[in-house]
Amino acid sequence: MSITEKPISQISQDFSSLSKFKPKTEQEIAEFVKFCHSKNIPIEIIGAGSKAKIGRNFQSEKILDLSDYSGIIKYEPEELYIKVKAGTPISEISQTLDKFNQQLAFEPNNFGYLFNGSDNSGTIGGVISTNFSGPRRFKVGSARDHVLGIRVINGRGEIVKSGGTVVKNVTGYDLSKIITGSYGTLAIISEISVKVLPKPSSIKTLIIHNAQLKKSLDYLNISLSSPADVSGGVFYPEYFKDQFSLNDLTNKGPITAIRVEGVSSSIDKRLNSLKKELGLLNNEVNYLNDDQSKIFWQNTQELKVFNKTEKNIIRAVVPPSKTLNAINNLKKFFSRYFIDWGGNLIWIEMEKINSEILKEFSRVIENVGGYYTMLKLDDGLKASVDIFKIDHIKYNLSEKLKNSFDPKRILNPGKMYSGI
Amino acid sequence: MTQLIMPKINSKTLEKRDLYISELKKILVKNENVLSDNDEIRPYETDALTAYREMPMVVVLPETVNQVSSILKFCNENKIKVVPRGAGTGLSGGSLPLKDCVLMSMSKFNKIIEVDYVNRCVKAQPCVTNLAITHAVQEKNFYYAPDPSSQMACSIGGNVAENSGGVHSLKYGATTNNILGIQVVLMDGTIINFGGKTMDSEGYDFMGLMTGSEGLLGVITEVTVKILRKPETVKTALIGFSSIDDAGNSVSEIISTGCIPAGMEIMDKALTKATDDHVKAGYPIDAEAMMIVEFDGTESEVDEYMEKVKSICNKNKSSSFKISKSEDDRKRFWAGRKAAFPACGVLAPDYLCMDGSIPRSKLAEVLKEISRLSKKYDLPVANAFHAGDGNLHPLIMFDANNKESLRKTEEFGAEILKYCVKVGGALTGEHGVGIEKRELMCEAFNDVDIQQQLKIKFSLDPNSLLNPGKVYPILRKCAEEGRVHVHHGKTNFPDIPRF
Repeated sequence: MSITEKPISQISQDFSSLSKFKPKTEQEIAEFVKFCHSKNIPIEIIGAGSKAKIGRNFQSEKILDLSDYSGIIKYEPEELYIKVKAGTPISEISQTLDKFNQQLAFEPNNFGYLFNGSDNSGTIGGVISTNFSGPRRFKVGSARDHVLGIRVINGRGEIVKSGGTVVKNVTGYDLSKIITGSYGTLAIISEISVKVLPKPSSIKTLIIHNAQLKKSLDYLNISLSSPADVSGGVFYPEYFKDQFSLNDLTNKGPITAIRVEGVSSSIDKRLNSLKKELGLLNNEVNYLNDDQSKIFWQNTQELKVFNKTEKNIIRAVVPPSKTLNAINNLKKFFSRYFIDWGGNLIWIEMEKINSEILKEFSRVIENVGGYYTMLKLDDGLKASVDIFKIDHIKYNLSEKLKNSFDPKRILNPGKMYSGI
Repeated sequence: MTQLIMPKINSKTLEKRDLYISELKKILVKNENVLSDNDEIRPYETDALTAYREMPMVVVLPETVNQVSSILKFCNENKIKVVPRGAGTGLSGGSLPLKDCVLMSMSKFNKIIEVDYVNRCVKAQPCVTNLAITHAVQEKNFYYAPDPSSQMACSIGGNVAENSGGVHSLKYGATTNNILGIQVVLMDGTIINFGGKTMDSEGYDFMGLMTGSEGLLGVITEVTVKILRKPETVKTALIGFSSIDDAGNSVSEIISTGCIPAGMEIMDKALTKATDDHVKAGYPIDAEAMMIVEFDGTESEVDEYMEKVKSICNKNKSSSFKISKSEDDRKRFWAGRKAAFPACGVLAPDYLCMDGSIPRSKLAEVLKEISRLSKKYDLPVANAFHAGDGNLHPLIMFDANNKESLRKTEEFGAEILKYCVKVGGALTGEHGVGIEKRELMCEAFNDVDIQQQLKIKFSLDPNSLLNPGKVYPILRKCAEEGRVHVHHGKTNFPDIPRF
């Protein structure tokens, strides 16, 4: 059976002369896309530009800039959600949530320092389109787990909604999932209802001194499997030890840091029993208090150790049992690296990348059942390597899905994969 | 049984029934894995929405993923409809057979493939029960978090298909938040893996799309779930209130103070009494509303939260407050709630369980409306409510032998769900749309929304052979209500039956 395309309703506005359009309403976005759909004009979608360099380079004729399509539509603290327009800056959302002592629990990564050496946490639309989540990911889920509902404009200029503002909703396909992490290639996000959660009343961080990689990964793994309910686990090699100007972070050698959050009475008990379970002595550890913990974990969320890096950045996600194996096999290519998500995620800085190195990289990561993304790449390299990996079967499926949302391939065409 | 309109029967398929059966036997090798006698296929005529029944053309019991793939490929090539089925515990009729369908029972896929403590996951075949996963890992103090009430019987594959929740969804999420990977076979026979043992995966989130797609996009053949370490302490409180309003206000206040309970349930007086009679849970049967609040974590943390909850409930005029002192206490407190359905079975010959989702703050309003409707339809109703996550389960009691009673019940249920949508909620929180709420989809979605979903469906299953007639409305009804675009009598999807 063939799907007959419904005639697009009348195009009421001519956007021919505009190379960049900054809509203020959802209707304007829809009109713009309808126009581009009718003329087969490829569109690049941008927000605050904090993650614009992630993904493949592609040709577009017009830019849709959502930075003026911004604002909080509804915030209901006791219902634990906030509904916002796609161009709303994360910083504005955080400030609003702050007033009610709530937060986006998945700690969206801030790539501002990495790409430009300055703070830029981007917009909620960008965060949802890319699905990058910070240190608390292994405990609370990623951005995709926090989207309750979504309104999007597909490649035909139609406004489509899915989900809502309630936590439990299984009415129809969960389009929020498929849109999250799709880099604007399926539809343009218009409105998002995101789950928010209370901030923990206190935070404390266990710093383990001088544990080398293997030992550190053991500590992280035991911690994540313990009843201590940890909410952060990182390993920073020795070369990063002076990067954090924190009074109580004075240890020599590599840093292993484990975060515990909750009511203060329970935190010390949890940390004590965790320390015991890890077999650590008092002189092997120290603690970061609430304020210092906040700075330390914010630095991790913001990849501050790679501030202003000129080198390439690769993000590899692997099953924790294979992290050591992956690092040992690939270390020769690294400039610097650190481990987040309690051993599940490796952030890698690499000076040199060529096809030989990438071949070896793919082989090792695929062998351990992981995946990786070329997050930041030399422009010269971008054209010649795959930013995202995909096999033949998934490519076919992705192509079909793309076609169901954006049959003329006008939304960020080629941003993820050539031809999609 | 009320009239249910299902996709048009393909008489050509039925004519070739014998031929197809012999072909299917070739694919499955063992003849006993193809069931075609009436007596053999009778158990498959319905799921837990027992008001609707239909005998399938044939039942197949594949044992390997390659067999699943071959069957789907064969059916796709011969335009035969396929209805997948797990444990058959679904409440929305998602695995109701069609007269001309191959019913694919996954019951032979009942093994746990791998328990991996280092990566904190379990890989299981789809017909392993939800509870069996926890049983497989409890020796090391781990568990699988989503816990639908039917967890003893429902299958993990079915949980993925329906995105099942449970009483702990507020803190731990539903199925979609607790799985790491799935293997799926598409209607054209393609075997495909999404995710694995890693967190998130790159590319489009097909796993997220498949989860909750009610068997319309693919057949799940393997699931990798995340397991969690059991918390050190779990305590449960039973709290009585003299009005639903007071209970509802307490819920909002508890959430506002920043406590996220592991579970928070409310039952109305009718259900409290019924369940207490059924399992002797020690419930405050005189209270107009009873709340169960559970916290987990370290002892000091749990105690601190319980104190907060106690003072909030006191302020809201709670009539009783009892905290579990032992694991036995706790299990008893939950036993009543988990037996809500059988307890209702004692009160009336039949009951229909609704599954609307609403904003927490609208609880009292929605319960008042339900009580008004109960009088209007002259049908008793008992209410269970996952208060933490806004998921409401009104149980409407009726007598299925009385056709008029069933018709009235369905109308009553539909009115409740419409009201849920009106106050900003959803038609279904965890049971799925299936056939039960299919015609109500137009309440939640407009034509464009539904067309986009159907386009996804057709991109993966162009002939609409996989579980057809479920989830999406029969277009004529939506058209009558003015919500589906019908152009000169033609819609976008002419193959969907219209009447």
